[in-house]
Amino acid sequence: MSFLTIAYALLFYFATAILVIGLARKMIIFYRAPAPLKIPTTPAPTTQTGVVMRLFREVVFFESLFKGAKWTWLFGWLFHFGLFLVTLRHLRYFQDPVWLPIELIQPFGIYAGFAMVAGLVGLIGRRILVDRVRYISAPSDFFMLGLLLLIGFSGLMMKFVSHTDIVAVKSFFLGLMTFSWSELPTDVVLLVHLFLVALLMIIFPISKLLHAPGLFFSPTRNQVDNPREQRHLAEWARKFEQ
Amino acid sequence: MAKADFEVPELKEYPEVPMYVEGAMAKSSPFVAKPDHNTPLGFPGELVDDWHAKTLEAMGDLLGKYRSFQVYLDSCVKCGACTDKCHYYLGTKDPKNMPVARQDLLRKVYRRYFTFAGKYFPKLVGAEDLTRETLDDWYSYFHQCSQCRRCSVFCPYGIDTAEISMAAREILDRIGYGQKYCNEIIAKVHKIGNNLGLPGPAILDTLEGLEEDVFDETGVEVKYPLDVKGADILLVTPSADFFAEPHVDGLIGYGKVFHECGVSWTLSTHASEAGNFGMFIGSYENMRRVSMRVREAALELGVKRIVFGECGHAWRVAYSFLNTLAGPFDFLDPNYPVPQHILEFTWDAIQQGKLNLDKSANDEMVLTFHDSCNVARASRMGDKPGGQFEIPRNVIKAVCNNYVDMDPDTTRERTFCCGGGGGLLTDDLMEIRVKGAKPRMEALNNVMQEQGVTHMAAICAICKSQFTKVLPYYGMDMDQIVSVHQLVSNAIVLTGQNSDDDEDQAEAEGAD
Ligand code: SF4
Ligand code: SF4
Repeated sequence: MSFLTIAYALLFYFATAILVIGLARKMIIFYRAPAPLKIPTTPAPTTQTGVVMRLFREVVFFESLFKGAKWTWLFGWLFHFGLFLVTLRHLRYFQDPVWLPIELIQPFGIYAGFAMVAGLVGLIGRRILVDRVRYISAPSDFFMLGLLLLIGFSGLMMKFVSHTDIVAVKSFFLGLMTFSWSELPTDVVLLVHLFLVALLMIIFPISKLLHAPGLFFSPTRNQVDNPREQRHLAEWARKFEQ
Repeated sequence: MAKADFEVPELKEYPEVPMYVEGAMAKSSPFVAKPDHNTPLGFPGELVDDWHAKTLEAMGDLLGKYRSFQVYLDSCVKCGACTDKCHYYLGTKDPKNMPVARQDLLRKVYRRYFTFAGKYFPKLVGAEDLTRETLDDWYSYFHQCSQCRRCSVFCPYGIDTAEISMAAREILDRIGYGQKYCNEIIAKVHKIGNNLGLPGPAILDTLEGLEEDVFDETGVEVKYPLDVKGADILLVTPSADFFAEPHVDGLIGYGKVFHECGVSWTLSTHASEAGNFGMFIGSYENMRRVSMRVREAALELGVKRIVFGECGHAWRVAYSFLNTLAGPFDFLDPNYPVPQHILEFTWDAIQQGKLNLDKSANDEMVLTFHDSCNVARASRMGDKPGGQFEIPRNVIKAVCNNYVDMDPDTTRERTFCCGGGGGLLTDDLMEIRVKGAKPRMEALNNVMQEQGVTHMAAICAICKSQFTKVLPYYGMDMDQIVSVHQLVSNAIVLTGQNSDDDEDQAEAEGAD
């Protein structure tokens, strides 16, 4: 077993642990913090089903962002949708045999890779060119976009420029899952790609990428607008009730 | 035009997003509360010595108490969608008035002390130490937010800067660095029962005056009752309604509607204020204390229903929070929502044909309607989402012939703040008030030029007071702002009311 294989295997165990534990911890914090008052941004749905629909539209279509900033919406949506398809496409590295839906997605995954990169370039462009967006950006905001861009770019490289031994990559990941490790190919592009992905997983729970779970916990979006019908009392506020 | 020691922005036909000017409003901050404003609210009299520790302690406490605060501090991706949505940014060009930048004033401290990335890589994630300057920055810029929630409409995660600014003000209050205007008013409510500090006899006097005025004008004895035990309805309305134009015309209108519907109603000296500034300073405890008066008054007077008058943030607290803060209201008549908005009441009465309306009474006006932020984006009327937009418009259209809406980008949930909400309605903040009103003034000016609009109706005491003061800065007339129930009042023909002929006759007789 080569040193590289061992290093990458450990890196991925570590990254997965950080991602899962970190996200779970943060979501527990979000969940535990009570929302003492009803504060949905109106006009808000008056039923639970309506709330589910509202969140669905936010997650799938980025409804509010569409209202707010058309260019950001376009680039942001391209990027996220691209990333979503690409991620699904990558599931084939973790399955044997590969599920049919994942099989069917494969050809689209390629375009998705380009959509993702195009979206990211657009987002970086906005961050540099629009004075207001530049003003609010911290180094980490550029860093995050750059990281994702490099991940997308190195992925496309492997598809179109320097092919890697994907059969070996697949057995590496299947091996990781069953704790019977097998060798990882030593392409530079592949190694860079995988390293950046691991890095992304590690910083996910300590960065603004928390917007993903955050949306589901956002009281302005996830609350039912029924305060006159139902009393809504937080535990900590109960002590005021004489 | 009124005199101003700052430049009043020029109104444009098309809204423009300005290039930012760093520090443009850095000097704007309201008067600081004195010990006797703070202590009745349960806060330290003045800035405590160990403010550094106390600030972080308060922040930690709020993070555990408010999911909104915690989630919103973690979730912003700096997408920028909110940057051009705040009327204060559009009017002042100060970049710290961009909602996300305003949040960041607090977020950078949160990052520094409460997150891994900020503790170990502060420069990378824009985390900064908490210093005395930080507090001053918070004090300035969280008092340049009217908590109107316009930014929350457009944010992909629903991040509501109002929640952040409420939390910031609560933290400042807890270290004894409160704002005079809000805290003084809350202290008055706790002590006397209303924001203006009007004692019971003064209110009684006003109401008797109104009865006489209405009688002189219509020949009908419309009652404006105070502290009547056993009345069906308790009306809770902003104290501005007892006091000044155009508010008081609204109060006259409520009375006429109740009179025509034949319901018994009363005001209360104990709950002689609908407004609840506890919300503006983010203080659950103070908001609860102020709300409890409404419950106590309802119990003491034995009413069956509670109706709120025209006030924006009062309606938010009433609609969204009253049940939580002062409920349950199971002692009231379950056939009616608790509480009800006066417009819900009036619209029901109109639909049931209980009011005899003469629309032509408002013919000398061409009206438009200003959606108040707290009604539009933080509450509802009726039983369907968006009822808060339809019901006021329905009522206005039922009582007048000429109605025009402003640009859809500036109405309904996209409405622009009057510029004076959220505890900013104080003379020491005149510059931010005038500049913050710019987007609304632009939309109003456009319908005035293009559609001949003469008046703007509003259903919020703060909006009405703010516009009365600010319109002149833009070369408009303070009388152009009217209450919705003032329009209702004009149009209602009371049962048994003197007709114009009677009046002529009376005048003729008087002349003899
Ligand atoms: S709540 Fe209103 S005033 Fe405050 S930042 Fe958002 S848009 Fe501006
Ligand atoms: S719209 Fe929301 S996520 Fe985007 S910058 Fe503003 S607060 Fe942050």
